[in-house]
Amino acid sequence: MIAANLPALQVVLPLLGATLCAFLRRGTWAWGIALVVSLAMPFVAAALLIQVLDGGVISYAMGGWKPPIGIEYRIDVVNAFLLLLVSLIGAVIMPYAKRSVEKEIAPEHQPWFYAIYLLCLCGLLGIVISGDAFNVFVFMEVSSLATYALIAMGRDRRALLAAYQYLIMGTIGATFYVIGVGLLYSMTGTLNLADMANRLEGIENSRAVLAALAFLTVGISLKLALFPLHVWLPNAYTYAPSMATAFLAATATKVAVYLLLRYFFTVFGASIIFTRLPVSEIFLILSLAAMFGASIVAVFQDNVKRMLAYSSVAQIGYITLGIAIANKTGLTGGIVHLFNHALIKGALFMAIGAVFYRIGSVKLDDLAGLGKRMPITMGAFVLAGLSIIGVPGTVGFVSKWYLALGAFEEGWWWLVFLLVASSLISVVYIGRIVEVAWFRPVSAAAKRAEEPPLSMLLPTLLLVAATVYFGFDTSLTAGIAERAAELLLAGIR
Amino acid sequence: MSGETLIILALLIPTAGAVLIALTSWQENLREGTTLVTAAALFLVVMTILGRVLDGEQLMTGALQIVPGLELAFKIEPLGMIFACVASILWIVNSIYSIGYMRGNKEPRQTPFYVCFAIAIASTLGIAFSANLFTLFLFYEILTLSTYPLVTHKGDDKAKAGGRVYLLILLGTSMLLLLPAIIATAMIAGTLDFTPGGILAGKTDTVTLALLLALFMFGIGKAALMPFHRWLPAAMVAPTPVSALLHAVAVVKAGVFTVVKVVVYVFGVDNLASTGSADWLVWVAGFTVIAASVVALRQDNLKKRLAYSTVSQLGYVVLAVSILTPLAIVGAAMHIAAHAIAKITLFFAAGSIYTASRLTEISQLDGIGRRMPWTMTAFAIGGLSMIGVPPLAGFLGKWFMLIGAMNTGEWVAVVVIILSTLMNAGYYLPVIYRAFFKPPGKDVKDHVKGEAPTPVVAALTATAAGTVLMFLFPDIPLTLARLLAGV
Repeated sequence: MIAANLPALQVVLPLLGATLCAFLRRGTWAWGIALVVSLAMPFVAAALLIQVLDGGVISYAMGGWKPPIGIEYRIDVVNAFLLLLVSLIGAVIMPYAKRSVEKEIAPEHQPWFYAIYLLCLCGLLGIVISGDAFNVFVFMEVSSLATYALIAMGRDRRALLAAYQYLIMGTIGATFYVIGVGLLYSMTGTLNLADMANRLEGIENSRAVLAALAFLTVGISLKLALFPLHVWLPNAYTYAPSMATAFLAATATKVAVYLLLRYFFTVFGASIIFTRLPVSEIFLILSLAAMFGASIVAVFQDNVKRMLAYSSVAQIGYITLGIAIANKTGLTGGIVHLFNHALIKGALFMAIGAVFYRIGSVKLDDLAGLGKRMPITMGAFVLAGLSIIGVPGTVGFVSKWYLALGAFEEGWWWLVFLLVASSLISVVYIGRIVEVAWFRPVSAAAKRAEEPPLSMLLPTLLLVAATVYFGFDTSLTAGIAERAAELLLAGIR
Repeated sequence: MSGETLIILALLIPTAGAVLIALTSWQENLREGTTLVTAAALFLVVMTILGRVLDGEQLMTGALQIVPGLELAFKIEPLGMIFACVASILWIVNSIYSIGYMRGNKEPRQTPFYVCFAIAIASTLGIAFSANLFTLFLFYEILTLSTYPLVTHKGDDKAKAGGRVYLLILLGTSMLLLLPAIIATAMIAGTLDFTPGGILAGKTDTVTLALLLALFMFGIGKAALMPFHRWLPAAMVAPTPVSALLHAVAVVKAGVFTVVKVVVYVFGVDNLASTGSADWLVWVAGFTVIAASVVALRQDNLKKRLAYSTVSQLGYVVLAVSILTPLAIVGAAMHIAAHAIAKITLFFAAGSIYTASRLTEISQLDGIGRRMPWTMTAFAIGGLSMIGVPPLAGFLGKWFMLIGAMNTGEWVAVVVIILSTLMNAGYYLPVIYRAFFKPPGKDVKDHVKGEAPTPVVAALTATAAGTVLMFLFPDIPLTLARLLAGV
């Protein structure tokens, strides 16, 4: 009974949890509920992934209404992988959240915070699991509205402006998405993605379908912060509460990338996307612009959270580069970087959240001398930073290896050089933090700092350890990413 | 013990040592004891491995696959054996020296110093024993990262600036040039395993081969081929035991070791010789040898002069490799070992002078030989070995290089070797002359009270003796070098 309804549980549990949290008055109790739900999610996701790896696609008819009329939850290797990623990040972050939220959110708002977080989790998981274009839109709005609220709960008053900015941009993105879906519906008469893919055959070249593709691409690219549609991201990440930043940076953009993959490869099919339209070229240029532009901007930031936010824009460039390369190796690189970057950025933002917990600032100058006061936290930060750089033995290297091989297979040897050159820029911004934290006298803010409480330190260390572990054992990450890439490319017509 | 266990032990001992050193930081003597015991244990393991290798045994570990085509694997071949022996012997001597130096100069933060040192040694052995390019690259990068805190040990602005140059050049060359070269090799050859005869032979055309070789040679920044040599002088801000680690034990040796290994096991000597893709390398290496010597002649700072001398001596190894005959390869392998032991003596002597007197400039050293006879005798031995005077280790490598160059009629190389030998004499002999034959100057009179602390003197005496012994008993390195070159 439960096994058969696992797909529903994946979204229903967080939704129920959110409702419960909203009725509570105590932050701790709400945290307890959020913790239980978040810890349960990876088990559900892992069970689904195992089923998919053994038996192929799971199709679940929501409410018993048969697809294509009813809403179908359709799970294959690609989204099972994403479900596991999002739930794992949620599960690692929740134990960390308690102390961080107590410090940054007013007590009366804490239950709301957890309720909104669970809604956001529900929305993200829903986007990934659903096989219905409009249902995806609904979950997209659920997660987006929750995200706006999460960002707005940041202590800095500029958080309100950041949330508002994202609200405007995000709404434009969602509107574009729904226009695209509307056009596709008018052409195919269905909202079920798999069904839509079949019915598009023969009419791919019609103006309406191409217009739909354009709207969808721009709409989703806004959500995934593809350069130059990324302008909402730095402010949002900088001013959101630490825990929210860590969670969003690790999951939200990744889910949007997944959606793009789904439309490009499953619905439209690679032949129209990559042979008849210059999508590959456009993504190549935008990815490179992100990798270089955002990295260079990151070098000049004085706020560490903002620096990491720009680094995120650059790293998203690596993921979309995998889409642009569009052969199996390159796409594997993009998908595995989706997972790897989630681990890395989660770890980095959690470490910097721990710093904020102790010194109440994330300004670079206030971090001076922190290497002596919080050696474990800062050591973890640097280790995760090495992953961003792509040092061998870390996950960053695995992603880069696949991307470079993929570029080489296409004969784009110059791209190999650009790839490594852009990662060299990250040496500079990670190096800046190292120099400030270890070579400067201890700042006034850091004078009495000490290591954060274990409930914050251990989850951070766990993620950092994962960035090294998955740099050696890639059977779970690259192995599944490769199967996912195979599956996506097999859908080519 | 199986070969696999021995190799893993050789990697684990210094790693475990690093952890133990950190755990024993509360008691200085215990901490230093841990360093020495770890170094001794490592030495024993490496010697056991050496015995097995000389008996003709093949030692290797199983492979851990990271992704298809990328494997973590270790396998012992002659060159790696030489490198591991050099590193493990010199680690013991260097540790004794470090104890005297660090305490004598009351350096701060000694625990992180010893921890990073042990990690650097572990990664050196990882490089020496690597069975494929990926494994080598992995430990190559760990070596860079673990030596960065050592280079910046002083923690002042100068150290920070030096550290920047060090990190950016080493990481930059390895990521921008070496990594693409490795990726291209993986695509062209279909494997990254070190194989006698090379894996690129017959796989691609001459031009691609020459381009790849250039990527490798300049990408291996640790070999300090000009114009990527700036990190070596920049790293001179480090405490002297670190300079010794960089110049003799680990870092630059890892560079030229990788150069030789790539040429022999990736390209294949015969492959390069028959295609002529490496002809340009003689010129670049020759230029590096001469230009670095010219710069060294003009330095008054003793450590800077030694640093440029290293750049020049590393050029020898690359030059020897570019001659592409078995005898010259023997010369390259011998020179790696010989330069290590002579250069560590020189740095030990420079550090000894600094510890005893704070003097750093050559012009201040008039007559210091009479006040610090042990130190300056050792310095003289090291300097003469650099020039290549028998009966000292430096003669061996130069001899084989010269014979190899003459046999193939590589006259550019012959001229470079002879010319640079003269210049070596030009910048080492004046120091020795000043120290022993000039009357003591004001600086020496004011600052030099006597010899440096005993551990320092003991260490430099040992390495100076080693320089002589290696000339007298060159059998073991020579056997290994011949195995490598196949003659």
